[in-house]
This record gives sequence, C-alpha cells and structure tokens, in this order.
Amino acid sequence: MSASKNTQISRRGFLKRVGTGTAAAFGLAMLPQQALSGYASGDSESHGPTWSLLIDLTRCTGCDSCALACKASNELPDADVVPSALDADTYTFVEEHQVTKADGTTVTRYVKRQCMHCLDASCVSACPAAAMHNSGEGPVIYRADRCLGCRYCQVACPFEIPRFDWDNGLTPKISKCWMCFEGLQEGQLPACVEACPTGALRFGRRDDLLAQAHAQIASNPARYIDHVYGENEVGGTSVLYLSDVPFEQLGFVANLPDTAPAQETEKIMSKLPTVIAGMTALMAGSAFITHRKPAEPEDIVPEALVVKEEE
Amino acid sequence: MELLASPALWLVLALSVAIPVLFIVGARRLALRMVDRPTAMTASLPKFLPAPRLRAPSLRWLLTRGLLLTLIGTGLGIIMLRFVYGLSAVTNLSDQFAWGLWISFDVMCGVALAAGAFVIAATVHIFRLERFEPLVRPAILTGLLGYLLVVAGLIVDLGRPYNVWRPLFHWQHHSVLWEVGVCVATYTTVLLIEFLPVVLEKVNHFEAVTTRLPTVKLTQLLKKVSIAFVIMGVVLSTLHQSSLGSLWVLMPTKVSPLWYSLYLPVFFWMSAIAVGLAMTIVESTLSSKAFNRGLETHLLVDLAKAAAVVLAIYLAVRAIDLVVRGAWPLMFEPTLQAASFWAEIGLGVMLPIVLFSIRPLRQRHGVLFLGAVLIVVFGVVLNRFNVSLIGLLPYTGQIYTPSWMELVVTMTLVSLGVIAFGLAAKYLPVFHEEEHEASR
Repeated sequence: MSASKNTQISRRGFLKRVGTGTAAAFGLAMLPQQALSGYASGDSESHGPTWSLLIDLTRCTGCDSCALACKASNELPDADVVPSALDADTYTFVEEHQVTKADGTTVTRYVKRQCMHCLDASCVSACPAAAMHNSGEGPVIYRADRCLGCRYCQVACPFEIPRFDWDNGLTPKISKCWMCFEGLQEGQLPACVEACPTGALRFGRRDDLLAQAHAQIASNPARYIDHVYGENEVGGTSVLYLSDVPFEQLGFVANLPDTAPAQETEKIMSKLPTVIAGMTALMAGSAFITHRKPAEPEDIVPEALVVKEEE
Repeated sequence: MELLASPALWLVLALSVAIPVLFIVGARRLALRMVDRPTAMTASLPKFLPAPRLRAPSLRWLLTRGLLLTLIGTGLGIIMLRFVYGLSAVTNLSDQFAWGLWISFDVMCGVALAAGAFVIAATVHIFRLERFEPLVRPAILTGLLGYLLVVAGLIVDLGRPYNVWRPLFHWQHHSVLWEVGVCVATYTTVLLIEFLPVVLEKVNHFEAVTTRLPTVKLTQLLKKVSIAFVIMGVVLSTLHQSSLGSLWVLMPTKVSPLWYSLYLPVFFWMSAIAVGLAMTIVESTLSSKAFNRGLETHLLVDLAKAAAVVLAIYLAVRAIDLVVRGAWPLMFEPTLQAASFWAEIGLGVMLPIVLFSIRPLRQRHGVLFLGAVLIVVFGVVLNRFNVSLIGLLPYTGQIYTPSWMELVVTMTLVSLGVIAFGLAAKYLPVFHEEEHEASR
C-alpha cells in the first residue's frame, strides 16, 4: 500500500476489477458508474492523499475544547454541554482514565474518542447501500440519504463507534465523526484540531504523521511506549494515537487483527460467481440427467377443463 | 420509560383488547340469531338444496380466535408506536446491541426455517425423487410465507424502511448484507412464481366452466419453465443461507470463538438443509393434525434419514473446525456460552442423529416429530441466537433481553404466518386430493 500506487492501478488491482466487472457484467450494463465506484469504495489501494489525525495522549489535558468545537461546527444539539459519551448527537468526546503506572504512581489520562476512520473499514464493507463511504482521502463518511437504518455498521464496527438515533421514528440517522470532510476539501482543518490548545491533535498526511510519530518515539523513548495505535490495527486507521501508558489500560480495544476483517468477507464475496456458476451447473446437470427418463403423464390442465374441451 | 405515560400506548392497548371482545360478543350474537330464525340468506336458497346447517360457534372456537386477534391487534399497535416514537420506545436495543430479537429470530431464523422450500423442490424436481411430490406444495407455501414474514420483520426493524429497495439498484459487491438483501428479494419472487401454479389451478377450476382463460396458457408456460425457477431457487438459497453466516465473519473480535469461523457460511448452509428437512416433518405432522388428513409417514421417515446424514457431516465439520482453530477448550469452561453451545450441539445435533439413525426409533410418529423439533428449536434456532446474541455477550459485556413488545411483534408475525398457511391450505389445492381419501 505505498503512495506510489496513487496514480497507477496495480496489475493485481486491475485484474481484480476486471474479474469482478465481468462477473457483474449485467449489473454493469445497467449502472456502470455505480458498480465501479461502489467497488472502488471498498478498495484502499487506489487512494489519493489519506488525511489523518495524530492524537498525542501525553499532551491532552482534558479541556474538552475539541468536543465542544465539534458540536458547534457540526451544529449538533446542546453545543455548550460537555459530552460524556458518544451518542446520536455527539461525534467525539474526551474520556478520563486513572492509570497506575509501572512505578506505582497514579496518573490521569484523557482519551479523545471518535471514529477511527479505518483504511479498509468494516462499516463500509458492511453497508448494503453505500451509506457508509470511504471518501478515498482518509475520512469515512456517512450519507444519510442512502441509509436503510439496518445498523449493520454498528454491529460490524470493531471500535463500537457508530451511534443510532433510537428515538426517531422514521428518519433516524447513524452518527459518527466524518473528519469535517466538507471543510477538509476546502483546505480547512477539522474543527477539533483547530480548537485544540495544547497541540495534542495534529492533522496531515497519514504517511507524514506516522513518520513524525515514530520519530517522536525514537527521540524520546522514555516518554512514549513504542506503539502507534492505529498504524496496523484492523489494517490501519486514519486516526493514530501516541501514548505513555499501554493502550489496554486506556480502554482501547486490544488484540485487534492486523488485517482488516473486511478482507475476509471480500474473499468470501469474491467466491460468489464461482458458487453461482458451480451450483447452477451442478443443478442443471442433475436435472438434465434425471429428466432423461420418461416423465410421468402431464396433468396440469384441470380436469374440468379437459371435459369441456371434449364436449 | 416515559412512553408508559403516553396516551398513544394506552389507546393502542385498549383498542387491541376492545376489538377482539367486540368480535367475540358480536359474532356469537349474530350466529345465535342466524340459528334461531331463517335469515335472508337461508330463505333465498332453492328448495331442493338443503339449508346449510348453522351452528353457533363454540366458546372455545371464539376464544382462540379472540386471543389471536388480541395478539395481532396489540402487535400491529406496537408496530405503529415503533414508527411514531422510534425503536427505543418499544425495544431494548442499544448502540451496543443494535441487532436484537427481530434480526436474530424474525430474519435469521425465519430464513433458515423457510429452507424446506428449496430442499424439497430440489429433491423432487432436480433429483427427481418423485415420491416426495406430495410435500412440495406445502413446503413451498411454508417457504413463501416464511420469506414474506422475514421481509415484514425487516421493515419493522429497519430505521428507514422506505430505503429498503436501494441495495437492488446500488450494487455493493463488498457488502454481505447487500447480497443477502438482493437474494432474499429475488428468491421471494421466485417462490411466488413457484407457488403461482397452485393459485392458477384454483382459478382454472373456477373459470373452466364458463370460459377459457389465459391463466391456462400461463399454467402451461409455468410448467415448461418451472425447472429453471427451481434451479434459481436452489442457487439463490445457497447464496443467502450461507451469507447469513458470512455476516458474522466481519466480526472476528466480537463473536465468541466457539462460533466464529471463516467457515460460518458453510455451516449456515448445511444447517439450513438439515432444518429444511426437519421443518418439512414438523409442518406435515402439524398440518395433518390440523386438517385431519393422512400423514405421509413413509416419506417423512426418509427425510429423517437424510437429515441424520446431513447433521452427521455438519457435526464432523464443526468438530474439525473447533479443533483446528484451537477453540475447543472453551467448550469445557463454565460459561453461559459453553452451556448454550452444548445445548445446541447435544440436543439439536447429536440427539437427533441418534433418534433418526435407529430405524425402529425413527419409524415412530412421536420420535420423528420430537427429533425434527429438536433440530428446529435447538439445532438451528439456538445456533442462530448463539451466533448473533449469546456469542456476543462476552464482548459487549451487556445483556440484551427482548422487551415484551418485541416479543409480541414476533409472535404477531408468526401468528399471521400460521393463519395465512391455514387459509391457503383451506382454499387452495396445497395438499394432494388423494391424501384426503388415504386418511388413516
């Protein structure tokens, strides 16, 4: 997944697309644009610049400016109330953790929580209507107009981020951080980054931020643990964390696989044409063989009708 | 719940009680009057036809129908509340437990329990074991109603049900749920087409006396292309029965290792075949009781034998999978998951294999029915609950239990299915004529 593949499609990726395209030929004929873009949305190989967020937990003082700025910027309700959990009206909040360090001292650490913007997101792979969409530039965005409200994204998300509006009868939405994607395209920073007074939040290209993070760890090994959370978790995320205490103690989901779970289901989905062709051939073959023996006399025409015809 | 204070809930509840009571009282009074003196209907009958014997319906007859109506009335009322006040008003769902009873039972189990249609249709029309022919129409009817109820359950559960058509037109090759949606929609249509000849037969019978209708031509056409639809049905069923398992492949960190496997789709498909056979036994036994018709015991015994073979392979594959993944020690830990796992495998897979592989045992009506019920309830329904609810509990740390309103909606849907089956069986040629004569 190197940046050099930005402009060219790799041969493997090309063949993969051709294969999928052929399998869905009749679908393509109907909606070529849709099918191709839909497929590409789950493909993290052809991304442009991937914008990312680097959160340095050692610098966070828990001032909640980011959470409030997020509410204000996204015009969410209760913009002056500090949120304490993600919900239908909260895209991000700051969690407080009391951690006992190795030397026995107890310290307080603050963790900003929001969508991790996975490079190959489970929610994008799960969504049957492409309401969850990989923008191709890092942010995973939600498009309410396409949403069925099936909530498979919630079930699928390994970080338990998407929130649903359970009190809404007919127009409930999924809520989650979208990295202020609209402003991003106009060159603005995400609201939380702009609001952070301590420099705990940094915004930039994922490659650059990762390099910076590793440089920080290398130059200050006493301050940080040697782990950038989000670098490899579920295939990599666009939100990265630096910390001085182990991430498990801060409520981060540990033991996540290094490959995106979406890869497994895509493997399964890629076998579908084979299954369809195989089953059809098997069933048609069986039917052909069994139907060579003389069939029983047909009596589909109802008896009443037969009598009438004879009259 | 502030909902309890809302007048809407009380209005719905009051109506759902009042309507059935009015129905019982009204129907009984009307019936009694009709018995007492000739009505316009009986008076207008020609002299040579005997007047229909009218009898006041027994209180039991009325009560069962009244109770059913109460249930359905309440259920429909709750569905109304759900669309006005949101899912939180009637369900115990939460952001941690976004899928509950309606997905686990109404959709996941509903689809599995409707598997008899493709299994029996393939047996008869593709493998041409034609002695099973009498089972085809009831199986297809069960399947069709099952899928219609799955769709109904989905509409209630979806947050934005008016967007339900989108997956059909916006293709998402990477989404398992997209594939399930497309398959279920297409397969429901296929089942409708497979059931259409039964309806047409009735229409033809009616109309044949007066005029020749295009319906006869349609019947003949359908007969010619029916094999194509049967093959489509088998392919579509294979796809989405297995894909219901693939849905959970996306959650490696959430589903307990007792059930999480890359082969979930294969397991779901195999257990769907087993439960298709078992549901056919259950449905035949129950409908033979309900409609006082003969039971095709010899056919059902053969189905049981086939079910035992499928279950044995399924058991072997799952055992190998557990050992290869190294998850087997979890079976012996004192957890709710382990207990539920043993209930599923012991009662729902192993016991039926034993019951069905011993000839004198499986030839007894009671054993046949018991074995099939075990497969349905423990083998498959519990398996779907385990994968989608119980296996998630260690991860979520929260326990979801459905609210009474969720239960009522599910029971309403099931009742509607049973009523529809009864009506169809009564008014359409679903069961073969000769069986009535061959009654015990």
